[in-house]
Amino acid sequence: MSILVNKDTKVIVQGFTGKEGTFHSEQCIAYGTNIVGGVTPNKGGQEHLGKPVFNTVQCAVNATDATVSMIFVPPVFVADAVMEAAEAGIKLAVIITEGAPVRDMQAAKAYAVKHGMMTIGPNCPGIITAEECKIGIMPGNIFKKGNVGLISKSGTLTYEGANQVCKEGFGISTAVGIGGDPIIGLSYKQLLPMFEADSETEAIVMIGEIGGDLEIQAAAYIKENITKPVVAFIAGQTAPAGKRMGHAGAIVSGGAGTAAEKMAALEAAGVKVVVSPAEIGKAVKEVLTK
Amino acid sequence: MNIHEYQAKQIFAKYGVPTPRGIVANTPAQAVANAHELGGNIWVVKAQIHAGGRGLGGGVKIAKSVTEVEELASEILHMQLVTHQTGPEGKTVNKVYIEEGADIQDELYLGIVLDRAREMPVIMASNEGGMEIEKVAENTPEKIIKVPVDPAIGFHSFHGRRLVFELGITDKNEQRKFIDFAKKLYNLYMENDAELIEINPLIKTKAGDFLALDGKMGFDDSALARHPDIEDMRDISEEDADEREASQYGLSYISLDGEIGCMVNGAGLAMGTMDTINYMGGTPANFLDVGGKANAETVAKGFEIILKNPKVKAIFVNIFGGIVRCDRIANGILEATKMVDVRVPIIVRLDGTNAPEAAEILKNAGINNVISATDLGDGAKKAVEAAAAQ
Repeated sequence: MSILVNKDTKVIVQGFTGKEGTFHSEQCIAYGTNIVGGVTPNKGGQEHLGKPVFNTVQCAVNATDATVSMIFVPPVFVADAVMEAAEAGIKLAVIITEGAPVRDMQAAKAYAVKHGMMTIGPNCPGIITAEECKIGIMPGNIFKKGNVGLISKSGTLTYEGANQVCKEGFGISTAVGIGGDPIIGLSYKQLLPMFEADSETEAIVMIGEIGGDLEIQAAAYIKENITKPVVAFIAGQTAPAGKRMGHAGAIVSGGAGTAAEKMAALEAAGVKVVVSPAEIGKAVKEVLTK
Repeated sequence: MNIHEYQAKQIFAKYGVPTPRGIVANTPAQAVANAHELGGNIWVVKAQIHAGGRGLGGGVKIAKSVTEVEELASEILHMQLVTHQTGPEGKTVNKVYIEEGADIQDELYLGIVLDRAREMPVIMASNEGGMEIEKVAENTPEKIIKVPVDPAIGFHSFHGRRLVFELGITDKNEQRKFIDFAKKLYNLYMENDAELIEINPLIKTKAGDFLALDGKMGFDDSALARHPDIEDMRDISEEDADEREASQYGLSYISLDGEIGCMVNGAGLAMGTMDTINYMGGTPANFLDVGGKANAETVAKGFEIILKNPKVKAIFVNIFGGIVRCDRIANGILEATKMVDVRVPIIVRLDGTNAPEAAEILKNAGINNVISATDLGDGAKKAVEAAAAQ
């Protein structure tokens, strides 16, 4: 078991033949991801990386029965690509592209929700079910199969956390990089119940950061609904207020969205909160061997 | 990206959002000419910097004669203006805005920001204008009215009615004017990909007109490419020179107060590295994300920018190589140390793809101020020790 994706998931790639799309699709195929085709307008009928290319997402879905799309199109085309995927009946869009305008994502996400399509990202490393299916840009070799679910706003902290979990002798069921933009798709609150319901997952690591209140919402949800142990780290305890720390959404504005308030809320919800990401592995070991 | 008050008011004017008349000046002589052009017998001389609280800091003053306009412009231009938002060093004033005086009856607040929880813009209004809105929000949150607007339907009359009734505007003519004001402001927020608009104060004149007495705007950096007119309003003197230089090399840099320079890949890990240094008893000197395309040149540039800060006593390079291969980063560090004279210990933690090869490269290079670390915790600890020993 795992959440959202596994070895049977049929995946298409929007922006398949571009430089980034090509490089990462190749890596995903090598990992074992079932990529069944890609979409690049005006290249329909061609073959790329041994897979068929289609002009539209609708054509790709009709021909392949794909349910997931990995999106690599340039930032200003992201909203268009997401809405096209939703319209074509895709169930989950994983948006890797960084730098999509907020106004575009607002409209695209609202449209996706209306069509019952889930989204992950934008500006994220993607999703990986260890040793089965990698939809994104993470280094697959770090993720050994195991019983820890991971949700993170940050790409490199996803790798850091997964690596520590594996070094402690555990492994990852599914890891989801949700992205650090002001408007994102699936968040902690939607993913936590999936891990709670997943028989393979025994503990959950959540990595958050300053800005917004998704971690606070997660804390409230955990308190009421999650029985599996949760380990959390919130990045940006030492970040100055009013400064955007790399991610578009990582900013403490008007005194709200601080690491301290998020850590306090999670602790109050019974989560094991670590002060440094260097402690994630040890904390997972502690909660799993209790 | 943020813009000045006078620029925000140019955008307001384009959309028919009423403001007092005003003209920007770079010199006292221009200020005088502007006052003559505006006419009247009362003017406001306003420092143009990207920070709130200008009035309290002495950057906004009223002139009752043209001579006084000249005196005040001379006083304010090139002053180092300190407000609660500038930090203790303040900001140099390069421009003043000369504005006609307004006859104020009431001071309100009107703003629009993205409500991240609702995932749509929210209009905020208050009768407590002219004060620090953060303080109003903290002490008396009930005095701030919040009306979210779903862009799928846009601004409708009912949004406007909520605003005016909750603000207690009872005169029908005034209601109409206020709703029109708010609607135009919402439209300009959306059409320009603004991130924030604040009008504090928005005044009601004795004649019952609403005017934007101030104007603050910030924009979504990711959308600037489709707004060249707004990109043209960029004032680079308002931006941190080091941050700007770093961004030209694809580096995301923010300077802090501490002693340990940080060079990290990924924004989350970069913050996590700062937090770990702090946890180990040290102080981070900066945030620096080298991004996914780090090479010898960008690493060298990173060292150069970090070392501009004389307080730096050690540098912690923390890379978790995913797609980026650690051996390339190791070679980048070697190249960089030839290009830049790194005077302090460099603690290097390279993990992930090709980490063993990277360790070998660094070992064989035999640079005496490079200290290898096995993981994040070990690296942060060694960096704190190295800085303390300096």
